[in-house]
Amino acid sequence: MAEKKMSFEKSLARLEEIVKSLEKGDAPLDESLKLFEEGTGLIAGCEKLLGEAEQKVVKLKKGADGTPQELPFDDVE
Amino acid sequence: MTEQNVLSVTQLNQRIKLLIDGDPLLSGVCVRGELSNYKIYPSGHHYFTLKDADSSLRCVMFRGSAAKLRFRPESGMGVTAFGRVSVYPRDGAYQLYVEELLPEGTGDLQVAFEQLKEKLDREGLFDRAHKKPLPPFPERIAVVTSSAGAAVHDIIRILGKRWPLAEVILLPVRVQGTEAPPEIAGAIRYANSHHVADLIIAGRGGGSIEDLWAFNDERVARAIYESELPVISAVGHEPDVTIADYVADLRAATPSNAAELAVPDCAEMLETLRSLDIRRTQAVRKKLVFLSGRLAELKSRRVMQSPAGYIDARRVALDHATDRLLSAAQRAVGDKRRDYVRLAAALDAMSPLKVLSRGYAIAEDAGGRVLRSVSQTASGDEIRVELTDGSLDCRVEMIKERNNG
Repeated sequence: MAEKKMSFEKSLARLEEIVKSLEKGDAPLDESLKLFEEGTGLIAGCEKLLGEAEQKVVKLKKGADGTPQELPFDDVE
Repeated sequence: MTEQNVLSVTQLNQRIKLLIDGDPLLSGVCVRGELSNYKIYPSGHHYFTLKDADSSLRCVMFRGSAAKLRFRPESGMGVTAFGRVSVYPRDGAYQLYVEELLPEGTGDLQVAFEQLKEKLDREGLFDRAHKKPLPPFPERIAVVTSSAGAAVHDIIRILGKRWPLAEVILLPVRVQGTEAPPEIAGAIRYANSHHVADLIIAGRGGGSIEDLWAFNDERVARAIYESELPVISAVGHEPDVTIADYVADLRAATPSNAAELAVPDCAEMLETLRSLDIRRTQAVRKKLVFLSGRLAELKSRRVMQSPAGYIDARRVALDHATDRLLSAAQRAVGDKRRDYVRLAAALDAMSPLKVLSRGYAIAEDAGGRVLRSVSQTASGDEIRVELTDGSLDCRVEMIKERNNG
């Protein structure tokens, strides 16, 4: 889960990089088309992340050994 | 009384001033009393006396501090003044240099607040340079607040609406009462030591100054200052400003506002993606248009239109070159021939036979040497005289030397 979210920031940064490179326009055509295609994947991935994200809420309790213990938040309300 | 014990007035006043300035209590003191003789000078400085039933204290409030007053002080008003005591050497009088003035009734809490604020400010806990930037896309957000209040629900609701990608980690604490400050400070420290999130929101909903008091606690302030994770403070409503707000990396006006500041908006992010998509498509389209334009331009060149035409043109050029080579060669031969004729004629003119044919003769001695002078012969020598069509063998009868000199 954490890794999937991490990839949103990275995907967005990569996408911005791709668009800037394409706008500079000095890459050869085949490379440009490859970048374009990579962008398609990134956009789809980001949209999927945003569209399917479900908020996760946990309550943190200090466990007996001091390490965090996650509990569902539903019991409150 | 010896001479050494005698001080000038200035020296005495300076000494007293040093003593008073060196006293830590007097460098930041709160005094309660009644205002009297309140005067505002054209310079903008305020001069007044604080008094109670038995005593009075001269006070001055400089223009800069007076500008921050949130009420209009009048003689007769009960107030609490915060400032430092020092000596005005010209008059040999000590006075309170007032930095803040609060009307009576704001209570002891307000005084404590001002004192702590002053102290922490001086220690550098509010320094801009210490404030940490917030992560642009937090993945896990620790919320340090009561699990029972409205604040936690506001925060969760808005985080979920704006950025459901972020996981919310609630660290439930009490937010009022004597247990609250250590619990809040502890939760902030715990979030750091176990790195449970990459951003902390600490706060509570609105209430009275007493309700919000935990966020004016020095322990909470220090925990926020020491936090490696960025902290957004979210205490009460817009006008409520707590010590926590000054120390936090970002102050939110309300808990809801904290959630808005903490994460990007999903809808805006989709907009951003859309615009990146458009820019990307336009960039590639532009490239394709440019390349196909160049292709069309190249295709339209005559060479590409008819390859035969290209060869014809080269053939014409070849013919032309051949012509030029031939005529150059002919010209060269002609020149040489003319040179030959001219030289042959010159040679012919020089021929001895030609000379003889014009009636000249060549005389030779018996050895065949050409005679150029009469001195080369003697009487009786046999000589040969060459004419154009033969020769005469002759004998020298007499030598007549012509004297040319």
